[in-house]
Amino acid sequence: MFKIFKNFHWKDLVFLFSGIILVAVQVGLELKMPDYMSEITKLVQTEGSEMSDILLNGGWMLACALGSFIATVGAGFCFATASARLSMNTRKKLFDKVESLDMHEIKKFSTSSLITRSTNDITQIQMFVAMGAQMLIRAPMTAIWAIIKISNKSWQWSTATGITVVVLLSIMFTVMAIVIPRFKRVQKLTDRVNGITRENLTGIRVIRAFNAEKYQEKKFSKTNNELTNTQLFTSRTLSVVSPIMYLAMNGLTVIIYTIGAYLISEATAFDKLTIFSDMVVFSTYAMHVIMSFLFVAFVLMILPRAQVSASRINEVMKTKISIKDGNFDDETAERGTVEFRNVSFKYPDAEDYLLKDISFRANTGETVAFIGSTGSGKTTLINLVPRFYDATEGEVFVDGVNVRDYKLKELHNRIGYVPQKAVMFNGTVTSNVAYGDNGCGKKSEETIKKAIKVAQAKNFVEKMDKDYKAHIAQGGTNVSGGQKQRLAIARAIARDPEIYIFDDSFSALDYKTDATLRHELKKHTGGATNLIVAQRIGTIMHADKIIVLDEGKCVGMGTHKELLKNCKVYKQIALSQLTKEELDV
Amino acid sequence: MFNGGNKAGKVPGKSKDFSGAIKRLFRELRNNRILVLIGIVLAVGGSVLTIIAPDRLSDLIDQITIGLIPGMSINFDEVWGIIALIATLIASSALLELGEGLLMTQVSNTFARDLRERISKKINRLPLKYFDHNQTGDVLSRVTNDVDTVAQGLSNSLSTLISEAALMIGVVIMMFITNWTMALVAVAASLIGFVGMGAILGKSQKYFAMRQQELGKINAHIEETYSNLNVVKVYNGKAESDRKFDMLNKRVYTANQRSQFLSGLMHPMMAFIGNFGYVAVCVTGATLVTNDVITFGVIVAFISYVRLFTSPLSRIAQSMSSLQTAAAAGERVFEFIDEDELLDQSKIKSNINKDNIRGDIEFDHVKFGYDDSKKLTIKDFSVKAKAGQKIAIVGPTGAGKTTMVNLLMKFYEINSGDIRIDGISTHEMTREDVHSLFTMVLQDTWLFSGTVRDNIIYNRRSISDDEIMKICDTVGLTHFIKTLPKGLSTEISENDSISAGQKQLLTIARGMVEDAPFLILDEATSNVDTRTEELVQKAMDKLMEGRTSFIIAHRLSTIKNADLILVMNEGNIVETGSHAQLMKQNGFYADLYNSQFAL
Repeated sequence: MFKIFKNFHWKDLVFLFSGIILVAVQVGLELKMPDYMSEITKLVQTEGSEMSDILLNGGWMLACALGSFIATVGAGFCFATASARLSMNTRKKLFDKVESLDMHEIKKFSTSSLITRSTNDITQIQMFVAMGAQMLIRAPMTAIWAIIKISNKSWQWSTATGITVVVLLSIMFTVMAIVIPRFKRVQKLTDRVNGITRENLTGIRVIRAFNAEKYQEKKFSKTNNELTNTQLFTSRTLSVVSPIMYLAMNGLTVIIYTIGAYLISEATAFDKLTIFSDMVVFSTYAMHVIMSFLFVAFVLMILPRAQVSASRINEVMKTKISIKDGNFDDETAERGTVEFRNVSFKYPDAEDYLLKDISFRANTGETVAFIGSTGSGKTTLINLVPRFYDATEGEVFVDGVNVRDYKLKELHNRIGYVPQKAVMFNGTVTSNVAYGDNGCGKKSEETIKKAIKVAQAKNFVEKMDKDYKAHIAQGGTNVSGGQKQRLAIARAIARDPEIYIFDDSFSALDYKTDATLRHELKKHTGGATNLIVAQRIGTIMHADKIIVLDEGKCVGMGTHKELLKNCKVYKQIALSQLTKEELDV
Repeated sequence: MFNGGNKAGKVPGKSKDFSGAIKRLFRELRNNRILVLIGIVLAVGGSVLTIIAPDRLSDLIDQITIGLIPGMSINFDEVWGIIALIATLIASSALLELGEGLLMTQVSNTFARDLRERISKKINRLPLKYFDHNQTGDVLSRVTNDVDTVAQGLSNSLSTLISEAALMIGVVIMMFITNWTMALVAVAASLIGFVGMGAILGKSQKYFAMRQQELGKINAHIEETYSNLNVVKVYNGKAESDRKFDMLNKRVYTANQRSQFLSGLMHPMMAFIGNFGYVAVCVTGATLVTNDVITFGVIVAFISYVRLFTSPLSRIAQSMSSLQTAAAAGERVFEFIDEDELLDQSKIKSNINKDNIRGDIEFDHVKFGYDDSKKLTIKDFSVKAKAGQKIAIVGPTGAGKTTMVNLLMKFYEINSGDIRIDGISTHEMTREDVHSLFTMVLQDTWLFSGTVRDNIIYNRRSISDDEIMKICDTVGLTHFIKTLPKGLSTEISENDSISAGQKQLLTIARGMVEDAPFLILDEATSNVDTRTEELVQKAMDKLMEGRTSFIIAHRLSTIKNADLILVMNEGNIVETGSHAQLMKQNGFYADLYNSQFAL
């Protein structure tokens, strides 16, 4: 928790400290008021008091009330500002951090968990600082101040108040001890209800095809009932709290008055009036004390949640960044070459190698393809080029320079990468294709239109509402899978890179579009080097070099014809997709 | 329709039609009306007792002040009598409050359960069209977020609203009964503050809504950046993404700061009004006491009254705002529950027995369009297929191959024409009848959380493990199941490492269990490695034996031996015939076929 507070800027600390001082002022003024109250009480009781005295005291009390109001408002402003700034700064830092994590670390945390950490968890902490911190400062101050003020009045009253506090707190904590573990259960069951509904929605066609609606509904009912019962239990237990608080406060007032009655009857005539006004004042302060303890208890109850959030954020913050930026950003002698020298790769905490001793070279303008079954390491291999990961052993060269030496920005400027799952950003067709920065300034409209044309996306884009300015929803939910892939390819083309990396980027295209696209691409980007991962033999059979991977090892390298003759794995893959006659074409 | 990816970040702002939504909420509560009524009675009872108690407290103080007068002593019998009365009053008030609390939790929780239940059932009665246009996340957030908001809003606001209103009216009455001068002063002093408070509340509501909105936006941006981080990195999109993030972050900050500050004003404002009222009451009271109009006890009672009068107003304001969010959430829930359902089919008498169906199928001048016949997707399509034939559907991506599935399965109703099975029109069959005649294995392998056994037998009960294993043997799953820690009883959860191929095999096994005369097969193996692919292919061949099969083909080589090929493009069926016939035509199909060998 305290680590999070390091994200306070010194300006925020000024707000925080002013807030604390204002709270102190406010507490002081607040507790000054009962003094005037008792003075007023005394004056009212005494025969022949001057009306002007009552008015004077009333005036002072009002002044205190107004002062306290202003101080609270000021403190509120300070805390609101400090907490909002804290959450803004923390969110920014976390966002920056996540952006610089490597893919393995991201996978380890899982994207969805990182998202919750950057949103929900930060909101939790902000809530805590905004409400909890203020209470945590105000409540003990009030309690201590109030206790000092009343401690020498009468031990009987103090004891009664003390006992009430203890009883109240123990009831509160018992209730919490019962309820909090069930809250976790409620959370889990809510997730389950969510899960079953999601299941029902994603499998809706299957469910209907199997006439299984009743089956799903029964499953939902079961969890729904379980959830409701747990929730009923917790809310029933919690509904005890408010009546008990009411009972305790009113009960204490009555007890203080009763004790007062005895004290007065036993006191000497002169003391009677003092005791009486003390009694009225005491009951006011006693309420302050009880409220303070309840606030502290409340804060302690919401603290664990904030603490969990804080530790989740810190966990990300303290992750070491493994991909370090290099400093090479000069011209290179070679253009568009990629070379792997004895590259092996495994995850830092894994035992098995995902890639073992891979060496090859792609020369300027060549097309190198990678094929193999799932899990053979194709994607891992090409991910080493843009440094999503670094090779465990061996070296990767781009344009003759080790990738680790490049400034990441410079390295990425040479690469046009199209991922397996086409990525779309919320925006327009144009903003998606023009996405990013290739070091050559803003991309012209002409470049974008040309890229879209080469990627075989012109037809459907021009049919869209507002064509090149057409809206693309987040995740590209308003375009089909094949259209997304073509736009993603257009995005790479618009960068005009030296090296293209296609990670199975043609899979959602039909054969015809696939073929035309590759043909056009070749025409348009004659000089660029292509690294292609593919599942379909048809996509890669004309590559200059095909590398066959199996369980992380290179089991064959050559052209389609050569591999058919001498690579068993390749032949097997080929035969599963095309018939013998077709292969001979 | 597609409003970005802001799935969960729904703004719980204001409802479109507040009074309509509230009326609807109350109408929906009618099953619980007796409990609600008892709850309200208890709440009002509790409020009345809360008012009476301070009145007795002033009796107590009056008794004590007797002791202040020299020569007089306190009558402790009287004192204890009053204490006993007060104790009974506050105890019963607490009990009533407890009772009311318990009743309201009962009502709101069961209400929430019923709403969830209704949504869950509703999902299965909606036409598929609804799901084509609405996002999963949106429906999900209705089931959980919105229902919870309704329940919480109801349990927080309903009884509070009524009991606090009762309390306020009661206090005013009591004040005027006790002393009307003092009552006027107290009410006037409190009312001054409430005007300001109303303004603050309205303003902070606005910023709260803004905060939810801005949070939703930044969440969407974070989600987008994190899940596409590889592209953000390689395209050097970090600067662009950061710029947007900073802008959104700043806006969240502003909304956060404002809403937090304004909502924080409520409490000190209330405290000030309380103190102001206190002084006003004391000063007026003192004047009256010195003039012997009232006793000191009345002042003390009025001090309580002022407190009792000011606190309900703020609570009423709070309940109003939570009722408002409940109304907004309720609107979303009821909107879903009121969606148009599938066509009524109670008039259709079902007399289909799937064991007696041979498996002939005929499309007779079928016309179909997705958006109420404006633009036809299928224009006048006729074809006949005999039992046991293999029909392949091919075409480029997005050609509308799933439309065929939708029509075959009666997921959508056709506009005109007829689809006949063994000569019986599907118009005369219920959807359930049609479904029972088809086995469907789709490209997105749908497994649910449950055991492997559950996933295979699904809703077909009464199947022994031996039979399951026999089926697994046919589709080649035996080895996989044997390697699982608990065999058939192994739980499958969402992020398990079951490969795409194994998933496919499991769904094929599920299809085998169903054993229907027709088969729809979405043959997609692009994510499966070569060896598993062969296995899946073999399993599919087994599944096709003896069934009339519709195959959505992705690889052209496997459908060359189909009895009939339907070639689709841009939603239409453009060519039909066998492979040889179509190649001879040298049209779209031939083009498609040859392209796989092109450079």
